[in-house]
Amino acid sequence: MSAVVRQPDPERAGIVRDSLGVGIATGLYGVSFGAVSVASGLSVAQTCVLSLVMFTGASQFALVGVLAGGGSPVSGAATALLLGTRNTLYGLRLAPLLAWTGVRRLGAAHLVIDESTAMSVTRGTTAHARTGFLVTGWSVFLLWNLFTLAGAVGGQALGDPRTYGLDAAVGGAFLALLWPRLGEPRTRLVALLAVAVALGAVPLTPAGVPVLAAGGVALLVGVLSRSER
Amino acid sequence: MTWAAVLVAGIGCYLLKLAGLSVPTAVLERPVVRRVAALIPVALLAALVAVQVVADGQRLVLDARAAGLGAAVVLLLLRAPFLLVVFGAAATAALVRL
Repeated sequence: MSAVVRQPDPERAGIVRDSLGVGIATGLYGVSFGAVSVASGLSVAQTCVLSLVMFTGASQFALVGVLAGGGSPVSGAATALLLGTRNTLYGLRLAPLLAWTGVRRLGAAHLVIDESTAMSVTRGTTAHARTGFLVTGWSVFLLWNLFTLAGAVGGQALGDPRTYGLDAAVGGAFLALLWPRLGEPRTRLVALLAVAVALGAVPLTPAGVPVLAAGGVALLVGVLSRSER
Repeated sequence: MTWAAVLVAGIGCYLLKLAGLSVPTAVLERPVVRRVAALIPVALLAALVAVQVVADGQRLVLDARAAGLGAAVVLLLLRAPFLLVVFGAAATAALVRL
């Protein structure tokens, strides 16, 4: 590798800079996941394993959110997995672009998240796509795990999480994750229907089931609606 | 049981990522599959917001959490960053409970 003389590549430097920026901004909010997770009743170790192994924010928040609401571990895991399916779609778009095989693909798969995908799918070449993907993925991974630990340990020291409104923080986190997707009418409709189905199901079903039932709305609308583009 | 959920869902989420990088593109290129897959996070996140904020066990209640969500909406409209939205919601709920 060291024998290869690199041509100066200003575009690559820009990609590295932007990717680090995204990585730092995203990694920092691991602190909120750590705090929310221990507030939901998970141990520090369980919280850290989630960030290390699951490593996809929305699924992690979903798992601890369902458990905090009294849901069963099965519905918590199911909700996390359903939310994790979007990473499968990211992978489909990334596969031809990153063009990795074998062990490298096994390693790269762990870093497939919203941010690493966003910072690589717009690149024109495989080299630049890989740079954006790896710099973003690794910086998010390192910081996300570091700040998860910090938030979990700090959160445990705080005492009753409700005093600090940490139970309300989960709703805020989900809304912030959802917000950018509410741009078009169909997604707004799905969101409203999902809220109605979930709230309607709360008095009738065990905790955890209302969220999964709302997932049925996506299935129904997706199958019934016409393809517009 | 919590450990089982953490490990099964954690490993499952990794396999979902790997599947995307490995599966032949044609399977998930079908329009219906793409539409459903794009809508699932929207439905689940919206339902999670609702349940987190107004469900208390099997009852629906309006309490300090709703005020926290209101603060989150205002902060999002002001284009505040994620951390500010999350901690703004928490701080508002904490203030309401004082």
